[in-house]
Amino acid sequence: MSVLAFIDQSEGQVKKGAYEALSYAVKLASQLGTTAEAVVLGKLTDDIAALGKYGVKKIYHVADEQLNHLDAQVFADVIAQVARAAGAKIIVLSNNSDGKAIAPGLSVKLKAGLVSGAVALPDTGNGFTVKKSVFSGKAFAHVAIKTDIKIIALNPNSFSITEAGGGNAEVSAFAAAVNTPKVKVTAVNKVKGDVPLGEAEVVVSGGRGLKGPENWGMIEELAKLLGAATACSRPVADTHWRPHHEHVGQTGLAIAPNLYIAIGISGAIQHLAGVNRSKTIVVINKDPEAPFFKAADYGIVGDAFEVVPGIIEEVKKLKGVA
Amino acid sequence: MKILVCISKSPDTTAKIAFTDNNTKFATDGVQWIINPYDEWYALVKAIEIKEKDPSAVIHLVTVGGADVEPVIRKALALGGDEAIRINADTPDSYYVACQIAETAKQGSYDLVLAGKETIDHNSASIGGMLAELLELPYVSLATKLELNGNTVLITREIEGGEESCEVNTPVVVSCQKGMAEARIPNMRGIMAARTKPLKVVEPVAADSFTGIVSFELPPAKAGVKLIPADNPAELVRVLHEEAKVI
Ligand SMILES: Cc1cc2nc3c(=O)[nH]c(=O)nc-3n(C[C@H](O)[C@H](O)[C@H](O)COP(=O)(O)OP(=O)(O)OC[C@H]3O[C@@H](n4cnc5c(N)ncnc54)[C@H](O)[C@@H]3O)c2cc1C
Ligand SMILES: Nc1ncnc2c1ncn2[C@@H]1O[C@H](COP(=O)(O)O)[C@@H](O)[C@H]1O
Repeated sequence: MSVLAFIDQSEGQVKKGAYEALSYAVKLASQLGTTAEAVVLGKLTDDIAALGKYGVKKIYHVADEQLNHLDAQVFADVIAQVARAAGAKIIVLSNNSDGKAIAPGLSVKLKAGLVSGAVALPDTGNGFTVKKSVFSGKAFAHVAIKTDIKIIALNPNSFSITEAGGGNAEVSAFAAAVNTPKVKVTAVNKVKGDVPLGEAEVVVSGGRGLKGPENWGMIEELAKLLGAATACSRPVADTHWRPHHEHVGQTGLAIAPNLYIAIGISGAIQHLAGVNRSKTIVVINKDPEAPFFKAADYGIVGDAFEVVPGIIEEVKKLKGVA
Repeated sequence: MKILVCISKSPDTTAKIAFTDNNTKFATDGVQWIINPYDEWYALVKAIEIKEKDPSAVIHLVTVGGADVEPVIRKALALGGDEAIRINADTPDSYYVACQIAETAKQGSYDLVLAGKETIDHNSASIGGMLAELLELPYVSLATKLELNGNTVLITREIEGGEESCEVNTPVVVSCQKGMAEARIPNMRGIMAARTKPLKVVEPVAADSFTGIVSFELPPAKAGVKLIPADNPAELVRVLHEEAKVI
């Protein structure tokens, strides 16, 4: 019996969600008095053995070229083979874009109960119960898994990445039977150099209060200074001021950064649903009655066009940027 | 082209979230039920767009739930779709629901099965993928664009920090999100037509459930906002750096 973490990678690089899943698996294994192992698929460029410092001893690597791109069905099948061979009783994945594709199929294959959107380690005192986010971040549910094998898909930014002081992990080639993928990936378009919104620790977000797309310069500048991703409210994406993938909220992306800075956003309930798991929320709005202030930790009542340039100057001072 | 669209109900996006029975049940008093936005705006409207281009396409809607979901499924029929199937069962967990839909999907031999990205109450994003596995079909999740070219489906899906384009032949299961289609509102003709469209009720098949909700919990209330004067951005930067330690 062991805990198996799925190491999600893209073009050879390990994703942030994978480090979180790995840290979670290691903590869970020690809670259960067992060991954590990991599985990685496809071609690698990152030094995978170095993941040992997060406390994992053994990593199964299936190097088959057909696994360089995601086909959910094939990935679930290969991970199931590894899980069976390793005798894994619990499988941990990130609930990121690949995790959402793979985990449900894996659950069916292994007849293993799945909790997706987990935000904490399970309660294993009496049964096996996992806390997950529900109602678009407005509540949590404690979900019992009743099956022998269990799968947990961990929400991004919900569990801290911690080193556990181990040496290099043993990377062991695993010969899996890999079916020919039916999904053929034809292009991968990543915004180079930008922090992916779902993984970002700081997010600077703008709403209709910014009046038009030409005013996003200061949002982008502040984001850049803070190493942040940019986001927006739904009407801003709907009117094509900003791309759709920046839309956060109940019908957009749900995020949980350490810091969310909302500028010129009223704080409608549907917007809050996607951002209320942020650890710290800063609201800048000229209307003191804006509902967002009720959900905020820090607020400035003022005109964004005056306040934001001042913040940019102060952040430059803090970061020592001229 | 035969399309199956999975429709679930969800509480209205402004519904108050509260629990009863010792925090074991969602308090449904006064809650308005809507079609889960991802199912309506993206999965269903995409299917309607396909049918507009190819009038020979057939759209079936499927929902798992009691008689109380009928108004929601009628509303979906008013938007479009040829007939609906309600599988008369409770929804104890995602696996059980996926098993029910799989049975209907097998009988209809559909070319395209569309689900929403997730329900806005359970946020599981699981049923599409489970269904694909039960049907032994490929699964493409989080699709933001979908085009048909004969039997080939061209799909763009979200990945961390960008998008990926892929091709897959039918039959396939796809989960849909923003970008797929533009939201629509039903018109009078659609609403009238929906009244006479077939809504078939079928009984569930035997299936397991793997998980069960034990209890709910609301997040702790915020301590209240600390306001900082507009002419003192230095103070905001200081508190974020020194107190909250987030920059
Ligand atoms: C089913 C459904 C789902 C939805 N899903 C989402 C979702 O996922 N995400 C989402 O964001 N919305 C969603 N919405 C829309 C939501 O209800 C709001 O309409 C939307 O969030 C408002 O966007 P906003 O705050 O940018 O604009 P507004 O509500 O117009 O607010 C603009 C704010 O800017 C302030 N302002 C104006 N000028 C300035 C200035 N110079 N300086 C500072 N502040 C200024 C104003 O005081 C105001 O508070 C959904 C709605 C429905 C019905
Ligand atoms: N009871 C249901 N009946 C039919 N389809 C459903 C049901 N519940 C969920 N779905 C579909 O599965 C998708 C994902 O739901 P979930 O896995 O619960 O987040 C939804 O967007 C719907 O398309």
